Amino acid sequence: MQLKPLARSLAAALSIVVIAGCSSTGGTQDGDSYGSQNGTTTGSSTAGTGTGSQYGSTTGSGSGSGAGYGQQADSRIPEVRTIYFDYDRDTIKSEYESVVMAHARYLRANPNAQVVLHGHTDERGTREYNMALGERRAGSVERFLNIQGVSSAQMSVVSYGEERPAVNGQGESAYSQNRRVVFNY
Amino acid sequence: MQSLSKVWLFCVLLFVSSVASANLTIEITRGSDQALPIGVVPFAGSEGMPEDIAQIVQDDLERSGYFAPLARSAMFEQPSQSGNVQFGTWRSLDVRYLVVGRAEQTAGGFELQFELMDISGQRRMIGETVTVRGNDLRGAAHYISDQIFEEITGIRGAFSTKIAYVTAQGVGDNMQFGLYVADADGRRSEQVLTSNEPIMSPSWSPDGTKLAYVSFETERPAIYIQDVATGQRVMATSFDGINGAPAWSPEGRRIAMSLSKDGQPEIYIMDVANRSVERITNNSSIDTEPAWSPDGQSLLFTSDRSGGPQLYQYSMASGEEKRLTFTGNYNARGRYSPDGEQIFLIHHSGRGYQVAKQDLSNDRLVVLSESTRDESPSVAPNGTMVIFATQQGNSGVLSAVSADGRSSFRLPSAQGDVRDPAWSPFLN
Repeated sequence: MQLKPLARSLAAALSIVVIAGCSSTGGTQDGDSYGSQNGTTTGSSTAGTGTGSQYGSTTGSGSGSGAGYGQQADSRIPEVRTIYFDYDRDTIKSEYESVVMAHARYLRANPNAQVVLHGHTDERGTREYNMALGERRAGSVERFLNIQGVSSAQMSVVSYGEERPAVNGQGESAYSQNRRVVFNY
Repeated sequence: MQSLSKVWLFCVLLFVSSVASANLTIEITRGSDQALPIGVVPFAGSEGMPEDIAQIVQDDLERSGYFAPLARSAMFEQPSQSGNVQFGTWRSLDVRYLVVGRAEQTAGGFELQFELMDISGQRRMIGETVTVRGNDLRGAAHYISDQIFEEITGIRGAFSTKIAYVTAQGVGDNMQFGLYVADADGRRSEQVLTSNEPIMSPSWSPDGTKLAYVSFETERPAIYIQDVATGQRVMATSFDGINGAPAWSPEGRRIAMSLSKDGQPEIYIMDVANRSVERITNNSSIDTEPAWSPDGQSLLFTSDRSGGPQLYQYSMASGEEKRLTFTGNYNARGRYSPDGEQIFLIHHSGRGYQVAKQDLSNDRLVVLSESTRDESPSVAPNGTMVIFATQQGNSGVLSAVSADGRSSFRLPSAQGDVRDPAWSPFLN
């Protein structure tokens, strides 16, 4: 069951429509910013990228949106909020440095802004060990921002390990989209 | 012939969320060539009862890998008591053991009688009358399986135990997680918790009444302790950073865990009564996934202090930490066998991530599973099977393999991913 990416508009609609979860559980869904869907009926209806108000786009190359940083740009949360990592690595790849720099500028310009850095891994390996690897990734972004002059008080780190993959499925194309750190404001 | 009379106590388990989910089903994926042929004759008088008792017993015995049950269609006689068993008939069918029984509805529930026969020895081995209050026929059938299994193998049966597991549906920000407790055969699952945020790493208290687990319901990880019967729960730890991998100590007063509050993840031990934590490991690497030795004298844990994940053993007495695994570059999430002589772990072989066993007396490591994306091994309290999470196609499923690797079964789920299984201790 391969999951297809979904149009942004549909994803946004899904985020506000809370469809009941698995048919026989009738669990307690408090309908916060996460929508929930029934995976049994349409496996293809799951959005692969961030939706709703909390999460910005996670696709595309990091460098494109960096054009024209200025006073105005620093007043808005940078659009690109996800950076990706190599297998078993927590080093920030050079292609994503401009993304992290844009967040550094924004956070310096907005000392009241708070960011939670979510660290994620691909599904390979054990869950709790991956929790630790996800924390390392988010921690390396936190240190980078700190060196760029962002106050520690503006940042926190939460690792999700392999628990919240952006994309389902096996193989490097899925794994590479799951090894990531997401900036959450 | 004398038949033991025993009241089988019926326990009503109350859950906060009492609605049962779709059950897990069993698929035997590998049968042992050393399985003992056994016949389990349908219980006389059980037609029309809510459960087929003999079928439950037969499935239990088959799943264990120790037994190869005779197909019902091959039984041209269906005796219900030992006096009517024609030994020659069953010998000609190559059956070594035979279970016969009868069932009767009573005012308060049911009364079951079963007898176990040794066909080659032409003798009755055991027999018992089981009184069922209410309609817990499945529980009574598992009890009968336990008696038969122990009588023949000398090993205590673990068919009346439970498994806790986590379900997940969806992807990315749209996910639904559930924590469930089901019978060891995957049936009668009960929801313990649901959340839009991840739930991980359930661990049973040694008396089987509570679960410790990780939940992200506050949008960050915290360890909770929940009473399974009443649903009452408390948040046990919510330090900055990772609060993970809870593992209940054998005497029940402490929980080992991984906390990153002081930097990188380290092993800590929490006193359950006053929630104070004591740091055990202290280095700049990842230390996580602790497990207690059955005697409570050692902790097994995963550390990447050598560069990649390997298993280490911490001695409570000396405070020494000793590396245990040297085969391959990825060995993680270890669990002791109930006798403490072996460890089960996830080993990255040339084929993938597999369940393996290492004998602590000679450090020999043997891969047990045939699947290659395995996680979270958990050992049955009698040490005969290891349940673990793996992938079937693109779905997460639970699977189990016998401790000798000879037999295995799978527990597919109709919906979503199933993972993070935890086999309960003995409950009776």
